[in-house]
Amino acid sequence: MALDRWIALIILGISLAYGYAAYFTMDQLLPPFMQRNPIWPSTFPKVLAVLSIITSLVIVLGLEKPATEEKEPDIDYRRLMDYDLFPALALIGLMVAYALLLRPAGFLLSTVGFLTIGAVILGERKVYILIPIAALATGIVWYLVEGVLGIFLRPLPLFLG
Amino acid sequence: MLDGLLIGLSTAFSLTNLLMVIGGCLIGTFIGMLPGLGPMSIIAIMIPVAITLGDPSAALILLAGVYYGAIFGGSTSSILLNAPGVAGTVATSFDGYPMARQGKAGKALTIAAISSFMGGSIGALLLMIFAPMLSSVALLFHSAEYFALMVVGLSAIAAFAGTGNVAKAVLMTLLGLIMATVGEGALFNMPRFTMGLMDLQSGFSFITLAMAMFALPEALFLVLKPSRSATGDGGQITDLRITRQEARKIAPVIGRQSIQGFFIGVLPGAGATIASFLGYAVERNLATKEEQKEFGKGSIKGLAAPETANNAACTGSFVPLLTLGIPGSGTTAILLGALIALNVTPGPRLMVDQPQIFWSVIISMYIGNLILLILNLPLIPYIAKVLAIPRNYLIPFILFFTLMGSYIGQNNATELLILVGFGICATVLRFADYPLAPLLIGFILGRMLEDNFSRSMQLYDGIAFVLERPMTMGLLVVAVLLVVVPSYRARRAKARQEGVADGD
Repeated sequence: MALDRWIALIILGISLAYGYAAYFTMDQLLPPFMQRNPIWPSTFPKVLAVLSIITSLVIVLGLEKPATEEKEPDIDYRRLMDYDLFPALALIGLMVAYALLLRPAGFLLSTVGFLTIGAVILGERKVYILIPIAALATGIVWYLVEGVLGIFLRPLPLFLG
Repeated sequence: MLDGLLIGLSTAFSLTNLLMVIGGCLIGTFIGMLPGLGPMSIIAIMIPVAITLGDPSAALILLAGVYYGAIFGGSTSSILLNAPGVAGTVATSFDGYPMARQGKAGKALTIAAISSFMGGSIGALLLMIFAPMLSSVALLFHSAEYFALMVVGLSAIAAFAGTGNVAKAVLMTLLGLIMATVGEGALFNMPRFTMGLMDLQSGFSFITLAMAMFALPEALFLVLKPSRSATGDGGQITDLRITRQEARKIAPVIGRQSIQGFFIGVLPGAGATIASFLGYAVERNLATKEEQKEFGKGSIKGLAAPETANNAACTGSFVPLLTLGIPGSGTTAILLGALIALNVTPGPRLMVDQPQIFWSVIISMYIGNLILLILNLPLIPYIAKVLAIPRNYLIPFILFFTLMGSYIGQNNATELLILVGFGICATVLRFADYPLAPLLIGFILGRMLEDNFSRSMQLYDGIAFVLERPMTMGLLVVAVLLVVVPSYRARRAKARQEGVADGD
């Protein structure tokens, strides 16, 4: 089964769960006076659930024949290993680490780290150029966000204040 | 209309707003030139900045400037590198790149700039004529018609945006609508589908979603496939002049394509991409036999046609946004989201209640086009240096700006995890050729769609409004036809079509 049909199957699962929540779990919570309304909070989700279940079934069962022939895709997922998969995964990991460290480690430290490690992952070796550039960019962005836009970003690690 | 124009002129010519246009165009050109970053990603990245400006006219002017700049920048990289940054400028590279190879890069850029300028300006003129007309009709609409109109818009987007695969596009639209129901709605004071998580109480943030759908997958694709970010020296650009003869040759092309492009842009779902391909095809058919041979080998007509058409279509796509409040493309959907965040609801009332926003945007379209022509064009040889930035530096920065954009909107680190999670999902969806623009448009329209639906249900005490209002009925029938007919016809005739990606 091709990837697009697997995805449709997953979306079918999501729609089923969503539909279950809309049909069986929401209406009991409704206060009696609101039950006299012609529309309930669950009305629209119920319609959506039915429609998306039908549409995902159309794809899973392959009822619609695509109009285009197999065109050369941008990236062929069947040959994912031939691409630079490792740096991509490492960068995703780095973004997650950044999200988790942004508050505890402070904006300045984590951002310089993110930019430097990100470039190193991609194959940059001139660290002596990289770190000053990252530090400069971080400083500028911090100044713009904090000074110009007026949004507070904790600059330093937690233990420094 | 004259009053409106004067208000628009006085707003648009204020110092801040002029700076906004100039800044927006420059930033847009800069980033739009980078391969892989389309206008949608750039606008998504710029939204936090625009929102903190606080002034809706200034914000919209800035974002519109970025939009034009990005399209212009996209054509520059198509011409110089054969690496279109935007789907709307793919057709530009057909003739633009061969011209650059023949050493006529400067000339090609000038033709592109002039055609963009003309396309954009004529488009703005048409917008000025048609938008007030359309919005006076739209004032007659009730919530029932609005609901139906949004359904039409969504199904049109699904029908056009799918690469010949309507079911996928419809499914994405529905997924967007489903995501819009998460959180606390306006009409019912109860949280829905939050799974008890406080972070979902106010629903998903649309900036996060926009970044995750467009900017992040693009960046990941650049990492996966290094050849996508082809860099060149971009140094030698000389001789920006064109002759009078050439100008005479492209003038009729520009005239035809501005009008055609504009009207294609007005249609929901058919944006700059379709306009540019269609423009190219039409002009090739209209050209004389000898000229036809030149197409694809550096014909100036073949360059002028898609450039004019895509800019006119960009302008055209503002018509449904400003008059009906319904975005016709991913980019205008993002603009709509930004406007809502600024407490402005685009729609027919916009011209009445806040004419300064409406008219200043139109005026700033002229200014933006003018700036692209007189300010950006001479700067192009220098701006093109950005193409020489090594990707090792570029990609971490793109990722960082994506993360920052969604963080400063919410000031919440969980938002970043949601961003990365959705970004991975979006990348996988792109592997399987699912269009992502319908998802975002569905998400942004979801709330409004449900509000209007609920309002008409309450007014008519049930679903009866569909039968009692013929216009609603008619629009809904059109919506069904839009979805059913293409897939039916696709079954009938497996006509080969050019796969057009969503990117405008």
